[in-house]
Amino acid sequence: MTQAQLQETANIPVHIPEPGVRKWQDYFSFNTDHKVIGLQYLVTSFIFYCIGGVLADLVRTELRTPEVDFVSPELYNSLFTLHATIMIFLWIVPAGAGFANYLIPLMIGARDMAFPRLNAVAFWMIPPAGLLLVASLVIGDAAEAGWTSYPPLSLVTGQVGEGIWIMSVLLLGTSSILGAINFLVTLLKMRIPSMGFHQMPLFCWAMLATSALVLLSTPVLAAGLILLAFDLLAGTTFFNPTGGGDPVVYQHMFWFYSHPAVYIMILPFFGAISEIIPIHSRKPIFGYKAIAYSSLAISFLGLIVWAHHMFTSGIPGWLRMFFMITTMIIAVPTGIKIFSWLATMWGGKIQFNSPMLFAMGFVGTFVIGGISGVMLAAVPFDIHVHDTYFVVAHLHYVLFGGSVLGIFAAIYHWFPKMTGRMFNETWGKVHFALTIVGLNMTFLPMHKLGLMGMNRRIAQYDPKFTLLNEICTYGSYILAVSTFPFIINAIWSWLYGEKASNNPWKALTLEWMTTSPPEIENFETLPILTTGPYDYGVKHAPANVSPSENPVFRADLDEPYPSIESDIETRI
Amino acid sequence: MKIPSSIWTLLIGIGLTLTSLWYGQNHGLLPTAASDEAVLVDGLFNTMMTVSAGIFLIVEGVLIYCAVKYRRRAGDNEDGPPIEGNVPLEILWTAIPAIIVIGISVYSFEVYNDIGGFDPHSVHESPIMQESMAMPGAAIAATLNDTPPSTAPNLNQQKSDEAMQDPATAAVRNADQIPQKQDAPGVGIVSPSIGASPENAGKPPGLKINVTGLQYAWIFTYPETGITTGEMHVPIGREVQINMTANDVIHAFWVPEFRLKQDAIPGRQSELRFTPKVEGDYTLICAELCGPYHGAMRTQVVVEKPEAFEKWMQEQLVANNNTLKEAVAVNPANLTPDEFLAPYTKDMGIQPAMLHHIHK
Ligand code: HEM
Ligand SMILES: [Cu+2]
Ligand SMILES: [Cu+2]
Repeated sequence: MTQAQLQETANIPVHIPEPGVRKWQDYFSFNTDHKVIGLQYLVTSFIFYCIGGVLADLVRTELRTPEVDFVSPELYNSLFTLHATIMIFLWIVPAGAGFANYLIPLMIGARDMAFPRLNAVAFWMIPPAGLLLVASLVIGDAAEAGWTSYPPLSLVTGQVGEGIWIMSVLLLGTSSILGAINFLVTLLKMRIPSMGFHQMPLFCWAMLATSALVLLSTPVLAAGLILLAFDLLAGTTFFNPTGGGDPVVYQHMFWFYSHPAVYIMILPFFGAISEIIPIHSRKPIFGYKAIAYSSLAISFLGLIVWAHHMFTSGIPGWLRMFFMITTMIIAVPTGIKIFSWLATMWGGKIQFNSPMLFAMGFVGTFVIGGISGVMLAAVPFDIHVHDTYFVVAHLHYVLFGGSVLGIFAAIYHWFPKMTGRMFNETWGKVHFALTIVGLNMTFLPMHKLGLMGMNRRIAQYDPKFTLLNEICTYGSYILAVSTFPFIINAIWSWLYGEKASNNPWKALTLEWMTTSPPEIENFETLPILTTGPYDYGVKHAPANVSPSENPVFRADLDEPYPSIESDIETRI
Repeated sequence: MKIPSSIWTLLIGIGLTLTSLWYGQNHGLLPTAASDEAVLVDGLFNTMMTVSAGIFLIVEGVLIYCAVKYRRRAGDNEDGPPIEGNVPLEILWTAIPAIIVIGISVYSFEVYNDIGGFDPHSVHESPIMQESMAMPGAAIAATLNDTPPSTAPNLNQQKSDEAMQDPATAAVRNADQIPQKQDAPGVGIVSPSIGASPENAGKPPGLKINVTGLQYAWIFTYPETGITTGEMHVPIGREVQINMTANDVIHAFWVPEFRLKQDAIPGRQSELRFTPKVEGDYTLICAELCGPYHGAMRTQVVVEKPEAFEKWMQEQLVANNNTLKEAVAVNPANLTPDEFLAPYTKDMGIQPAMLHHIHK
């Protein structure tokens, strides 16, 4: 888009209907306020988390015994296929987009996203996509070829379910591309004039890296899925070996997106954790630049590691070694982040409230997933455990122990800002304790299962694995129970919780410098930065005063708040 | 008495190292190592477990230490000290993981080479390496280019023809339905997943077995004797080469005790070479999702003494003659898949209902 066009878009009145919330119905409308959209994303994705969680518990219930006795093998395959698809594409990815929507404009002092209507369009693709998937399960003809949908299997199982699955994932991919464009433009063009890149909160850096990754990789998935749809519905043979097609090409295209997708799922929460830890430890983040640039490094490296999912598909030896080395290298920027978080806590004044507990839980469990990830990168070892429960254990330590704990940390942390109310601490802690116990009980034994010889995606297994599977299953019930204190707490606190002040954590980033919840266009006057985002304990930044009298943050009353258009102009 | 903190650090360091070393050797997480390759892979795994245990203990230790030591006391509303960075420390913790992953990579490389990942013989005979190295652009672009402009022979076809020379193999591989792929540069069609170990490079394997994966069964044919079985028998100490393909969807050949896995892909020939080491019955598992009964797609691999293996082979020869005569008497084209497969699958624990189901 040229600058002229960009300005023109920004000039069109965008408020259809009124932005901001006046009443609850606004949450069900095509609202263009980034805060409304952010909450729409978060609540929708949480509902899908519950659905995905029910499917997970059905899967685990089947696996309590070695025989296939709870659901039919076909249904079993649909259950884990939809479990994974929903958890990835309808929970973690949109939840990240939800936080980004809510927080980015506030954190950079903008009044909205660069393209508010595009933003609403991106969100409104998600409910239909999710409903399609759930509907396919209800009509009893859901995809059953795994969330990877490898041909030729995906071409020979049910056509209806597979078609719906492709359609749904295409919609979700489109939504995430539209979101990414918006985040990038907003971050690059709409920061308040006094905020250079190095004054940006780390969550913004993380979203910069994530959005770049989405833009580069998602189109390749879309291409792969469209070709697959042709094979499925139109009888072409791109991937179908009976017509001379090559199923391995699909794997390359799929993983070219889906490996980066794991970073799309974790980077935003790396960002959120980098916000939460310094605030609740009352210390500046240790190594700001190292953390910021390591996000970019992860994003770049993430694009050149995909074939580590294909070590047993028959790629040549030298290629396996190339992908082994690139994969191993990602451990370095990830390690930098983990050590920096630990160093931030070291010597701090740690406050054990729910956000901080979840953040520490994130660090503690993510490390386990990270370590097993490095092991999986080692080709000779991966050849043994590929497609086994060792991989299932690894991915859940990363996605549940990482992304999901990160989401909860972020929800607890920004809950007062989003709702204007405090949540109940005690129930937050109960939620945390149940989650940590359930998480480890469910997924820790899976490492051993995989190493000993239990392959993944099976409804029946060798009876010698019964005991460990029982432990996993009971753990998964604890996990199911753990969400109840959260749901009740969130609803109750949102309605009746204690009123939150504007800045209950005494934080220094901009989102805390406005009312809770923020007023319709975020800030009354143009915010000016006089301190870095994490200057805790710094002499000139006594964070213990209330924001209105906080000398480090003052609204410059003489300078009018620029409109979005002129804001873009000044930045271009 | 107050012990200086550096001594504490030293003691903790020693304790940590000892614990990690002990755990790395005594984790008890792996099944029997029943092939020469498995022993090497286990060495790598134990080393990684040692390093991992160390890192795990350090990170979790620091986390818990912080939680206990730096708790905010009631009434303390001060901020912590504003320490924003420390360049030597940051260099240190970038360098240490870097060195660790380089170390693990080098070790993995060694193991991979020793178990035959770089089988120099098969790489040499295939044009894949040179061609793909010279190709500009990423590997993904290369794979999209299905038919290379080269006139190089189609190794995949050759391997397939070779396998088909054995009538028993030909009977179970429906090569006429699934065309053999042209060699695509960068993909390595005839992929020696794990080829000959360096000392065996260039030598023919001690025993060849053709393996066919089809929805929900593994079928083995022994080209030297022409027998077909649903159970794989191999003698101890002889290097075995298996030559795999799949009839319908992707399957994966995995024997946990051998620590080896390779996909069997329709239209492709993939190979695996290994040397069985410990006598016993092991389960061959299909590791790639292949349909609803994927979990039931398993069979036995029997590693036995050479004499026992010869005896088994003789028995099979007799038994097979009868089955084959039956199979020839009726035209396979007139048989339903259930009927056709019945003689091969009856010993595999696969119910006819299952076969019926998938070929409906
Ligand atoms: C509520 C707790 C959860 C439980 C009990 C659970 C359980 C499981 C189980 C047992 C499997 C293996 C299915 C099989 O191989 O047959 C699985 C697969 C998977 N899960 Fe979860 N899960 C949970 C949460 C999550 C979350 C939060 C994510 C987030 C992304 C997730 C993503 C996946 C993925 C990607 C797979 C791979 C599916 C496949 O192999 O096709 N799970 N889960
Ligand atoms: Cu299979
Ligand atoms: Cu299978």
